[in-house]
Amino acid sequence: MFKKSVNKGMEKVKLFATWSSPFVKRIIWALKLKNIEHEIIYEDLANKSPELLKYNPIHKKVPVLVHNEIPICESLVILEYIDETWKDAPRPLLPKDPLDKANQRFWAKFSDDQVLPSFYGYIMKQGNEKEEAKETTLAHLKRVEQLLSEKKFLSGESVGFLDLVFGWLAENSRPLEVVTGLKLFDEDSFPNLCAWRDKFLEVPAIKESWPDQETLIAKYQEINLSKGK
Amino acid sequence: MADEVKLHGVTGSPFVCRAVIALNLKGIKYEFVAEDLSNKSADLLKYNPVYKKVPVLVHNGNPISESLVIVEYIDEVWKGVPILPQDAYEKAQARFWAKVIDDKCLPAVFKAVSSHGEEQAVAEAHEALQFLENELKVKGIKFFGGDNINLVDIAATFVAFWIGAAEEALGIEVLSKHKFPKLTEWSDNYVNCQAVKESLPPRENLVAFFKKRFGKA
Repeated sequence: MFKKSVNKGMEKVKLFATWSSPFVKRIIWALKLKNIEHEIIYEDLANKSPELLKYNPIHKKVPVLVHNEIPICESLVILEYIDETWKDAPRPLLPKDPLDKANQRFWAKFSDDQVLPSFYGYIMKQGNEKEEAKETTLAHLKRVEQLLSEKKFLSGESVGFLDLVFGWLAENSRPLEVVTGLKLFDEDSFPNLCAWRDKFLEVPAIKESWPDQETLIAKYQEINLSKGK
Repeated sequence: MADEVKLHGVTGSPFVCRAVIALNLKGIKYEFVAEDLSNKSADLLKYNPVYKKVPVLVHNGNPISESLVIVEYIDEVWKGVPILPQDAYEKAQARFWAKVIDDKCLPAVFKAVSSHGEEQAVAEAHEALQFLENELKVKGIKFFGGDNINLVDIAATFVAFWIGAAEEALGIEVLSKHKFPKLTEWSDNYVNCQAVKESLPPRENLVAFFKKRFGKA
């Protein structure tokens, strides 16, 4: 059990991470957008550190944010915690209006409950199952495409919570195409999504986060080769 | 300008019940739009095109879907009895536990019920419920929200009321008192809270539903 102590003086922020987790990356982006100094501890999931197991005993997963020795788990929970603790610095991740906020939370859940699983299915499965997963993913993406019809970013005028949540899609689409030849969405059918992806990846906090596009391609290629493909 | 609040739902759904409890806790006047899930209204399909599910809260024509998103929305729009704590860390803890309930407890309990208390399924349900039992034990609290109910208690409504009805209907045991003394005590306290009491469906209806849905011929 962790008792919250009064946070005076130096803020100490640690993030337990892996390089490949889409859930971790969104936290790194949030920390960078908010200019929060932090230390990243990369975990080997086949050999989890005692610290990770202590901080996340229920799920034993990353990301875990540890703020002044107090852990917070679950990426969407962490994002909201960051936004509420470092208010406005430099600007909020979530909107103030409860209806806008509710919409973003709804679509965030949609990303994690629907789009990500079907996307994984598309990459990992074979044959008919792969085709079905692709169709499902494309149907989901059509909804995201629609969300972007009047907006520059998913969160509105500037990058925010919902962009970070869907950021995994922006970050992985090109590396996936380069390494496996799988092109999920193209400019003709998904003009908004493609434009959003390019804009998102150009945001400095996003662009400067590791691993970048080149590193991702190299790492995925390594995995592909080791699978003997 | 008066607020127009509607809730599309079915009385037997624990997810709908979460929204009802939140509305009653805040004393919000609303219209309950009873849906027939085998013949969903055009409005429901319009308001929740992605999932076509209940509950959907419609506030001045604006729809909000997903039960926990609805509960947080209600808390943010209507002041009065708080559903989430103010402190950012306490809030994060509440959201974390609500997610544990939805991601771990609910699916495991559903499997235990739908499998008629199959041994492995019940063991997994026990594992998931143990997290909640431990949380109550370690913190020594009456409710997950402390002295008063909060988001986590509301998320766990199905534990307090739906499990018991399923157990009676199917002659199985999932939430045994000796294994889960704290959770059992919590359930009794929780269903007796005013806002919860006036929100729960009649128990005999739930029992009948479980018999019909999962009962052996």
